[in-house]
Amino acid sequence: MTDRVRPIDPRGRGLWKPPLSRWRVPSILPGFGLSLGITLAYLAAIVIIPLAALAIRPWEIGLSGVWATLTDERVARALMLSFSLSLYAALLNAVLGLVIAWTLVRYEFPGRRILDALVDLPFALPTAVAGIALTAIYAPNGPLGSIAARFGIKTAYSPLGIFIALVFIGLPFVVRALQPVMQDLDKEVEEAAQTLGASDLQRIVFVVAPALAPALISGVTLAFARAVGEYGSVVFIAGNMPMKTEIAPLLIVIKLEQYDYAAAAAVGLAMLAISFGALIVLNIVQLLIARRGRR
Amino acid sequence: MSARASRIHLPGLAPLLLAASVAVMGVLVVLPLATVFHDALAKGVGQFLASLKEPDALAAIRLTLIVAAISVPLNAVFGLAAAWCITKFDFRGKTVLLTLIDLPFSISPVVSGLVWVLLFGAQGWFGEWLLDHDLKIIFALPGLVLATILVTFPFVARELIPLMQDQGIDEEAAALTLGASGFTTFWKITLPNIRWALLYGVLLCNARAMGEFGAVSVVSGHIRGLTTTLPLHVEVLYNDYDFVGAFAAASVLASLGLVTLVLKTALEWRHSGELAASRRH
Repeated sequence: MTDRVRPIDPRGRGLWKPPLSRWRVPSILPGFGLSLGITLAYLAAIVIIPLAALAIRPWEIGLSGVWATLTDERVARALMLSFSLSLYAALLNAVLGLVIAWTLVRYEFPGRRILDALVDLPFALPTAVAGIALTAIYAPNGPLGSIAARFGIKTAYSPLGIFIALVFIGLPFVVRALQPVMQDLDKEVEEAAQTLGASDLQRIVFVVAPALAPALISGVTLAFARAVGEYGSVVFIAGNMPMKTEIAPLLIVIKLEQYDYAAAAAVGLAMLAISFGALIVLNIVQLLIARRGRR
Repeated sequence: MSARASRIHLPGLAPLLLAASVAVMGVLVVLPLATVFHDALAKGVGQFLASLKEPDALAAIRLTLIVAAISVPLNAVFGLAAAWCITKFDFRGKTVLLTLIDLPFSISPVVSGLVWVLLFGAQGWFGEWLLDHDLKIIFALPGLVLATILVTFPFVARELIPLMQDQGIDEEAAALTLGASGFTTFWKITLPNIRWALLYGVLLCNARAMGEFGAVSVVSGHIRGLTTTLPLHVEVLYNDYDFVGAFAAASVLASLGLVTLVLKTALEWRHSGELAASRRH
């Protein structure tokens, strides 16, 4: 988004640059002070001060207290469970997203636009609604849960159930990230590869895949980030057994119910730190791929 | 030739991919939606309607509407202000501002509720002061509104910023040089230019505000009939094994989601040129 910000030059299209001493370019449009004032006041009240509380409060119990909280077996297992299942769900979403996006972009069939609109359903459905519906489906007496139970597989109230819910909420991120890039894929390049004698497999591996990789990674990253923090659609199907099917956001709720604010904040801060770390790593990977593609 | 060359042409792949897509979407996405309505009506229309007429259910619907009626307009005003100063002016620190606006999307809803408890809860920074002055934020309406605002506030701003960035300032500058006042310029030039994108952002913001669960669940306290919004009402009934009631309430929320989806899709089809979203995804 930031690369879309281009300087607005009030004096036309020249190479005029703001003098270094001034922090904003003069403009004839009014309302800068008012709009910036509202924006900053709102951001301070809604985002900055609350997040400052999140960043500061864990340390009331000291570094050792935070460490003890996070390495406590119940918390550590919940964090492990949340991050590992989110990763697996995001990876499955990569495959499903590729198939669905490809179908929607490349093929014409009756009902295509409806299928396209339905992709957004996991966004549109409130998470608690999705949560109880998925639980009803995959519970041992539910339509799909009972089939799985016949094969001895426990879906709801097990990590597998959490995984299903995370796949559900992550799917739109990957499809919506891939669609515009697939649409813009230069068909002539593919045709050129074909006329030069490339096989279908070669075209997919050497022409299509490199073009899609950055969008795929960013979609998977978004799905992963959403899955790590997801609460509503997971908490019903998880069963919430300590050490087994407790997710990290639930641990925050539990710590708050015990009025252990510092520990709750510590878990919240840890989640934030780990997911930002993951986002940064993935961004670097994406940059490296983009750079390789340009060469 | 060109039609053939324009797609990857593994034999039989197209029907296979189409079948796989429909199957995945059907089982993963459509089945849960159908389940909501099926289970809501499992014991007949009479019981479905009766559970929606319960005083607690009506109170939950009212509370949900109140929370959305406060938080959505506030976020719309913020979105307009943020988009105006970010896209119409050039100043230092813009990137930081944009990052801060996007931040709530990468925070867990539970954390978005937690931060307000850290500030205003019984042992929060301002907890004692609030107690002394007999003010209640957590486990009361203000807390629900604050949590909802934090979760939903990027929606309008994110919809407007890319669009207004593309539109630039030429039209506004022309109006101003012709003598229009700042307010007239905004009302007659800017607002008509961005109305569909604004509506789109408000639509998504409202859907999320009414359906939010995690953040409000942390600050609500689940006091029946008083601090349970509709999604929390679903949870309370579900945990009481009142499945018809839970799914009846859930079907109201699912309908809200469906209406939002239809309106959103209609906006994307009819006004795609005036929506930044259609360029972004």
